[in-house]
Amino acid sequence: MHVQDVQVRLGAHLALDGVSGSFRPGSLTAVVGPNGAGKSTLLNVLSGLLRPTNGRVACPARRRNRVAYLPQQTELDRDFPMTVAEVVAVGLWRTIGAYRGLSRPALVRVADAIEAVELQESSHRRIGDLSVGQIRRAFFARLTLQEPEVILLDEPFAAVDMRSVETLLTLIARWHAEGRTIVAVVHDMQQVRAHFPSALLLSRRPVAWGDTGTVLTEDNLARAAAAA
Amino acid sequence: MTTSLYDLLITPFEGFSFMRIAIAACLALALSGGPLGVLLLLRRMALDGNVLSHAVMPGAALGFVYAGHSLAALSLGGFASGAMVAGLTGLLSRKRAARQDAGLVVFYLVALALGITLVAFFGSNVDTVRVLFGTVLAINPSALMQIAFVSTATMVALAVFYRSIMLDAFDPVFLRMAGTRGMRALFTLLVLLNLVVSFQTFGTLLAIGPILLPAAAARCWTNRPGLMMALAVLIGMLSSYIGLLLSYHRNLPSGPAIVMVAGACYGASVLVSSGAAALRTRLRGNIR
Repeated sequence: MHVQDVQVRLGAHLALDGVSGSFRPGSLTAVVGPNGAGKSTLLNVLSGLLRPTNGRVACPARRRNRVAYLPQQTELDRDFPMTVAEVVAVGLWRTIGAYRGLSRPALVRVADAIEAVELQESSHRRIGDLSVGQIRRAFFARLTLQEPEVILLDEPFAAVDMRSVETLLTLIARWHAEGRTIVAVVHDMQQVRAHFPSALLLSRRPVAWGDTGTVLTEDNLARAAAAA
Repeated sequence: MTTSLYDLLITPFEGFSFMRIAIAACLALALSGGPLGVLLLLRRMALDGNVLSHAVMPGAALGFVYAGHSLAALSLGGFASGAMVAGLTGLLSRKRAARQDAGLVVFYLVALALGITLVAFFGSNVDTVRVLFGTVLAINPSALMQIAFVSTATMVALAVFYRSIMLDAFDPVFLRMAGTRGMRALFTLLVLLNLVVSFQTFGTLLAIGPILLPAAAARCWTNRPGLMMALAVLIGMLSSYIGLLLSYHRNLPSGPAIVMVAGACYGASVLVSSGAAALRTRLRGNIR
């Protein structure tokens, strides 16, 4: 997935500028940076939902509809009458689409995915009755079924309880082992250092991009904060 | 006693063809309006629906001005101006200019004012009242056919695209990433078509009523979307029937009577369902 000279203007505001680089296939990258650094905007551009003002993004997986994008939880309508099982089953969209039913093996896959995030007790509860962490786990179970080539996660750990974070990190590690390309916006630097091999430090422009160890230096972080 | 009940409930429709046409039209509208209303509520688009119902007005008024009482001109004009406003509001929300609400209300007021001005200038007072409140009791057979066609087409489209439309309401990003597009446009189109035919029966001020009110009442009773839609249809049909009877026996304007009955259903649903919920938690508390 290559990004070349990407610039995004939202009204008068310059959200992203001069972003160039690439996410290697199978890489696991944390996008970090101060508030307003354009992290969510970058994911929006990578997903193709937002067209950059200038520059281009080359993402072959997008043409095959094999990109999964999980926006921030705040975008979700928690009052919508869907159960955990229904949310997760949607992950099989590529095979069932708009018309086919759920076969017995498909139902087993849904149940397995739910079990992997330890929600089997809640599978018939409405998402409105769950905690933020539980809802996140349900959406991660859905992601597992989608089998995407590229996974974009916007603040997957925001407002999520410790135990759920553990489960989510386990799944991310599994997807990484399966060779999927993952880009996640993360705030907690310790989590980034412990679980993400690559990092992109963003402050409208990329301040540093590469191995997490070389990116998250005091020096770079100070520069990012100053540029914000 | 039985004869008086018969007189009360059946005779009005037996004796007058305009009552029969009216009830057929209202039942057809309730059939497609129920599911659409539920979807509007689930998408939190009640205001958008309201705006669209007024957006139909200036076009319909133009059609009326240029082609007298021609049904086709009225419908085409209404559809055209509604589609235009739907497109404009879509653009507005995409540009993120002053989040929708203000823009939507401006559209709705201007559309209403423009429509009324056109009708008042070129028509009579009777015409003005007709476009504002509709004429349930003066639907001609060709208008009834139009309503039946729209209702049928809506039901077929909803049945075919149900899963995609629901998913688009819940998680549009997922659907876009999966490569399915156009569900929002399709849904807006269905709402618009129903509003155009509802406009002719209920007028611009009440057109959205038979769509939204039964759905709002149904939402008090269940969280399952399918059941909610069925219930909305049932409540819509019941309000139509009772409303028409009220208007016949008490000589009330029929459109407003139907909307008021639907409103009463909503009020009763809110009271009874919240009362039942309170009772349930009370009982559960006692058991513990």
